[in-house]
Amino acid sequence: MRPFAYQRAQDVAGAVKAGGTFLAGGTTLLDLMKLDVMRPSLVVDINDLSREFAAIESGPQGLRLGALVPMSEAARHPAILRDYPVISQSLVLAASAQLRNMATLGGNVLQRTRCSYFRDPSWSRCNKRDPGSGCAALDGINRKHAVLGTSPNCIATYPGDFAQALIALDAVVEIAGPQGARRLAFAKLHVAPGDDPSIETTLSPGEMITAFVVPPLSFARRSLFLKIRDRQSYEFALASAAVALDLEGDRVREARIALGGVATRPWRSREAESDLKGKVLNEANARGAAQTAFSSAVTHGGNDFKPELGRRTLVRALLQARAMEAV
Amino acid sequence: MKTGLNPHMTRRSMLEGVAVGTVAPLTKSEAASRTDAGAEPALDVMLEVNGKRHALTLDPRTTLLDALREHLDLTGSKKGCDHGQCGACTVLADGRRVLSCLTLAAAVRGPVTTIEGLAEDGRLHPMQQAFIDQDAFQCGYCTPGQIMSAVGCVQEGHAEADADIREYMSGNLCRCAAYPNIVAAIRQAKPLMRRS
Repeated sequence: MRPFAYQRAQDVAGAVKAGGTFLAGGTTLLDLMKLDVMRPSLVVDINDLSREFAAIESGPQGLRLGALVPMSEAARHPAILRDYPVISQSLVLAASAQLRNMATLGGNVLQRTRCSYFRDPSWSRCNKRDPGSGCAALDGINRKHAVLGTSPNCIATYPGDFAQALIALDAVVEIAGPQGARRLAFAKLHVAPGDDPSIETTLSPGEMITAFVVPPLSFARRSLFLKIRDRQSYEFALASAAVALDLEGDRVREARIALGGVATRPWRSREAESDLKGKVLNEANARGAAQTAFSSAVTHGGNDFKPELGRRTLVRALLQARAMEAV
Repeated sequence: MKTGLNPHMTRRSMLEGVAVGTVAPLTKSEAASRTDAGAEPALDVMLEVNGKRHALTLDPRTTLLDALREHLDLTGSKKGCDHGQCGACTVLADGRRVLSCLTLAAAVRGPVTTIEGLAEDGRLHPMQQAFIDQDAFQCGYCTPGQIMSAVGCVQEGHAEADADIREYMSGNLCRCAAYPNIVAAIRQAKPLMRRS
């Protein structure tokens, strides 16, 4: 690990003005510093701000999650389990118990890709790590790489689960920064790789996520997170689906669909949602929506299986959500 | 039996001596690149471990795991992957199981409990005893982490069913694959932990 200075921020103003890399749970940062992928000269420990940003509030205004809430705490919160099962499930199915105790919600959505070429600096080509150097994954081992939102410069998968729940539920992000506070649709937080894969979010230097707000959504009680992976536990998604359904009988009034493990950023499929709207939710119609969701998929050999795995994942998620107790 | 070894020499100190003896001397340029010239000033860190407070002066890069093993001689917590993937370094911090390899020592706020702090008055913790009774290890390298994680698992209330135990212990890898016996050990210790 390279040398760095360590500071503890006492308040949010001090944190955003310090000009360093924020340390909360540290589960991504320490890992990538040891790998020499991240090289901060100043690490600003923001854990003392949990006095201000580690509350969970639930009520008629919806759900408000402080950015410093540990994943494990949000996952077991009774109101989240009851009203937003997709959030709880996305958190419980991520990482290990130890990591969930450490990692915060704010840090979780900002975790970096698990692309092996990004994580290993002995590979010289990585546009995310070293802009302009190329992408070793395009013609390399790319079984776990993305098929949606890719660019000719990067096919690294966005690895998180929680973000799919947030984007499906129209969450809003509250941000503090040197220029003051602002709010942003969660869907506008992450960006696809495009021309410069090193830019992953719309956060400006010094800006810090302070909270997530999930608007009230009564049919979110009929929501779930389905995660398909190489082993049963403690593994990143090969494909995942976060879905919420508003049903009238067996007809879809409204559907929310987000896909993980298959895209370069948290992925909402509004096309699949409108495809389902007004239709009877059966296997054929779910399959149709899944076709729509992956119509723009681009594969690179090792991940040729992903569009079909993703479609089947979404179909199963939709049928499981249909089978949930009426709300 | 005469072994010719210093009776105060532990297996660890002997291994350290051997290791030092086999390290090739650095060349001048290598030595220069490895000096602490670019290092940041050391930090004063107060750590409370197993009920004892320790004032340490540490390089900011020092992880909690390295502070325990290299500075406090608490070598029960193991360094497996050093990247948060294997669980061998699991300790309790502020009562919650965490990975000491991904925790900066300087960032630790609450009290820390390691495997060395579980036994009370020379009596093994029920989880330690259960691992012995159920033969829940072979090589033993992952065991301190398994036991600390198992204690956390029971305290969190996630040891109600075998499937739960398997899921909530999935962050602790055992290359000897003692998994069925680890599940049995946790089942054995759970009611005893409630009583104690």
